[in-house]
Amino acid sequence: MDQFTLNLLFVGASFALYIGIAVWARAGSTSEFYAAGRGVHPVTNGMATAADWMSAASFISMAGLIAFTGYDNSSFLMGWTGGYVLLALLLAPYLRKFGKFTVSEFIGDRFYSSTARMVAVICLLVASITYVIGQMQGVGIAFGRFLEIDAFWGLMIGACVVFAYAVFGGMKGVTYTQVAQYCVLITAYTIPAIFISLQLTGNPIPALGLFGEHAASGEPLLAKLDQIVTDLGFAEYTAAHGSTINMVLFTLSLMIGTAGLPHVIMRFFTVPRVSDARWSAGWTLVFIALLYLTAPAVGAMARLNISELMWPNGTDGEAVSVEAIETDPEYAWMATWEKTGLLGWEDKNGDGRIQYYNDANADLQAKAAENGWEGNELTNFNRDILVLANPEIASLPGWVIGLVAAGGLAAALSTAAGLLLAISSAVSHDLLKGQLTPNMSEKNELLAARISMAAAIVVAVILGLNPPGFAAQTVALAFGLAAASIFPALMMGIFSTRINNSGAVAGMLAGLIVTLLYIFLHKGWFFIPDTNSFTDADPLLGPIKSTSFGAIGAAVNFAVAYVVSGMTKETPQEIKDLVQSVRIPRGAGGAVDGH
Amino acid sequence: MSQDNDNNAYWSANVRLILISLVIWALVSFGFGIVLRPLLAGISVGGADLGFWFAQQGSILVFLALIFFYAWRMNKLDREHGVEEE
Repeated sequence: MDQFTLNLLFVGASFALYIGIAVWARAGSTSEFYAAGRGVHPVTNGMATAADWMSAASFISMAGLIAFTGYDNSSFLMGWTGGYVLLALLLAPYLRKFGKFTVSEFIGDRFYSSTARMVAVICLLVASITYVIGQMQGVGIAFGRFLEIDAFWGLMIGACVVFAYAVFGGMKGVTYTQVAQYCVLITAYTIPAIFISLQLTGNPIPALGLFGEHAASGEPLLAKLDQIVTDLGFAEYTAAHGSTINMVLFTLSLMIGTAGLPHVIMRFFTVPRVSDARWSAGWTLVFIALLYLTAPAVGAMARLNISELMWPNGTDGEAVSVEAIETDPEYAWMATWEKTGLLGWEDKNGDGRIQYYNDANADLQAKAAENGWEGNELTNFNRDILVLANPEIASLPGWVIGLVAAGGLAAALSTAAGLLLAISSAVSHDLLKGQLTPNMSEKNELLAARISMAAAIVVAVILGLNPPGFAAQTVALAFGLAAASIFPALMMGIFSTRINNSGAVAGMLAGLIVTLLYIFLHKGWFFIPDTNSFTDADPLLGPIKSTSFGAIGAAVNFAVAYVVSGMTKETPQEIKDLVQSVRIPRGAGGAVDGH
Repeated sequence: MSQDNDNNAYWSANVRLILISLVIWALVSFGFGIVLRPLLAGISVGGADLGFWFAQQGSILVFLALIFFYAWRMNKLDREHGVEEE
């Protein structure tokens, strides 16, 4: 059986499984559509939340970004796990006690203002749609690869599949499907990593192999990697290169953003009890950590494998020949990936070999002049292909490659579905039913939810045609927006009785606007190329890149809310009582629909 | 009014626990993983240094321990102050 058929088989079988579960657990009422009837066990909920959370950015993109920069991208690892500490300690139990369906409902009630609820809906839509753009990038790459077509057409096909999939059910269908998706994606991620770790270090646990010994040379793996990449003129893998301030702010933005993303928070409304909300956050992180502890090993080992494939005789020997790339089965992955337009090479000096090195490095320029090289000949290597290509790069069996394709799609689909659910509930439940047409029937509310899902996909695809970065970087921008707008309002709503309606509205608007402005100034207005005034290589404010600005935006939000609340009318007594009751677990019944 | 006083005591015990947890949270990630990494450069862990290990492995493990510790401690605190769910 050839690889193409094998991929189709794995992807097809996993899809049949998800659709089967979605049909079996189809949502009948609005309550089931949004919150799965609150009958979900913390461990089940944790697994589903992990699938919901780990998206194309975690699965497809993150290890590739770590592979090509090393230590500097550790922010993704710490940021996307550390946020769960904030979520578990500062938000989840209180929002569960409050007991409504959506994040904006809490903000609307706590700040006794429909304006606050509307502003929260807007913040949530901006962050979620940016997030969907990143998912669509990942879906496009995965479909492009396994159908062996251009990534653009992969994106179009992927958008149709995501739509068909998301409108099927609500949270209930999604919860059980996501448990299945978690199992598929974690198996797909760890199996190739275990194989590769065994090949390189003899240790079956990738996280330990990363700090183990490189079997072929007897040196520590990371020391060997440092030596190879510096030989090729690239920055040392384990060393810090960027600005420390930027790294701190970037990590903080990702953490706060995690705790401010509506589709993750919504999950904690679906557990039966307040104490379960606390455990559930822990279980979620257990399931996430399985992937996140493996990812840095995947990145480092792939970087080592690629460097050795391009320099099969060592960095002082001859580079790989064009003939080998075209005929040797070990290099077959390069030809398949070239079809997606995400990998490319060119024999610039016509010596029949492909020299891969950093042609911006002065030492290597001298070496190139000596050897007659005319620049780096591995001309294009999109970071987002690394994880999907990894089993092929390591020459693993065909079924592993098929499994990884299925896992990548599971990751992207589960998150896209969760986000679309958050978007549709914001539009139909908060905007339409909550404000504009309160007398809408349940049936029409579900219809509106599905129409808004379709609209969100169309917007994400249009904006995703010019993505502002690799998938994980696009997603990082979404986190910055959530960090600057939603998280501060939720936290102040629980931990302070002083912040009033005007303070919360002014804070959220200020945080959202400054962050969006900073992103557009660096990434282009609505991500349209060449409309940017600054670049992330030379940012407006010192070393602070657009992906790191969310933490500043959050600080602006807190400060503005505090000052405005101080100047306006005090919070009424019944709201202070509401805050007191949210802080105490006793009396948390089932949640009620506020409208 | 005694229930109110007890609720206040419960809340301040909770806030104290949150603060301690967040100090540890920041120390392992922003501290050991980023800012204090040069200070830990002398301690080597398999081809890299302790700061690198914290940035790519250790902080995640500590986050896990923190969340479970907090959940366990709070559920106990709920019972001590009689505010647990019926």
